[in-house]
Amino acid sequence: MNVLVNGDVTEVGPEATLAEVLAARGVPERGVAVAVSGEVVPRAAWRSTRLRDGSVVEVLTAVQGG
Amino acid sequence: MDDLVIGGRKIGSRLIMGTGGAANLSVLERSLVASGTALTTVAMRRLDAGGGPGVLALLERLGIEALPNTAGCHTAAEAVLTARLAREALETDLVKLEVIADDRTLLPDPIELLDAAEQLVDDGFTVLPYTNDDPVLASKLVDAGCAAVMPLGSPIGTGLGIRNPHNIEMIVAASTVPVVLDAGIGTASEAAQAMELGCDAVLLATAVTRASDPEAMATAMRLAVESGRLARSAGRIPRRYWAHASSPAVG
Repeated sequence: MNVLVNGDVTEVGPEATLAEVLAARGVPERGVAVAVSGEVVPRAAWRSTRLRDGSVVEVLTAVQGG
Repeated sequence: MDDLVIGGRKIGSRLIMGTGGAANLSVLERSLVASGTALTTVAMRRLDAGGGPGVLALLERLGIEALPNTAGCHTAAEAVLTARLAREALETDLVKLEVIADDRTLLPDPIELLDAAEQLVDDGFTVLPYTNDDPVLASKLVDAGCAAVMPLGSPIGTGLGIRNPHNIEMIVAASTVPVVLDAGIGTASEAAQAMELGCDAVLLATAVTRASDPEAMATAMRLAVESGRLARSAGRIPRRYWAHASSPAVG
């Protein structure tokens, strides 16, 4: 199935968890936050969150601004 | 100088800095140190979008608290989600709430701003809204439970200074929470003016980061905020129409 990670179409296995998709992308454990289809997923729930075909994953971090 | 307290937190400086526009992290570091700031804004962006990872590590090393903003959000819903992401990423309940009406003026959208402020206060955030220089809106934001109000002097990045000092004074007079002059400052005299008008702090970025010598301008801003605060508490003389001799008239 395909999910969208920060705008990139990404092929993942069936039953893929959010934690697996983030690890494959090299996302660090600290200093980031993740939303799936518009809802924040706390770090503690990354392993238990299963993605669905078409899930929209956004991974954000702090950058210079404001 | 007495402490600035926002939402029960003591903030060690009345100059709040932004990090946007700095040429690189080393210039930013020297500017932040020169400014003496204790609280500094960061923006939230996609992890792989570039734009300088490492700003958080820099703030941590300098002992400066991060103030995440919701820059770029145009609706209450976007701003609320961005604030929640910032809380998760930075482990802070502080948020500089920005909800912008359009990209040309970058002026706050008052309707969406108030809506987002109410939602975030309910959700336990310490909300610092970037607002118009409108005393009515400012008092509604205070009523909504915001921990500070941050009226603009003039639009973001313009360096036009404080266009409506009277409104800023009215906001200060009515506010029961700290007032932070946010946006529009171009040079040190304007930061001093904000403090003389009674603001509790000044937030600026561009005036320092895009100055020819950011470190020198950061020092100027630190001194200006201190001077303005002192002048405010010292009590200025009234303005007079006619001259008033300062030397003895007799003898």
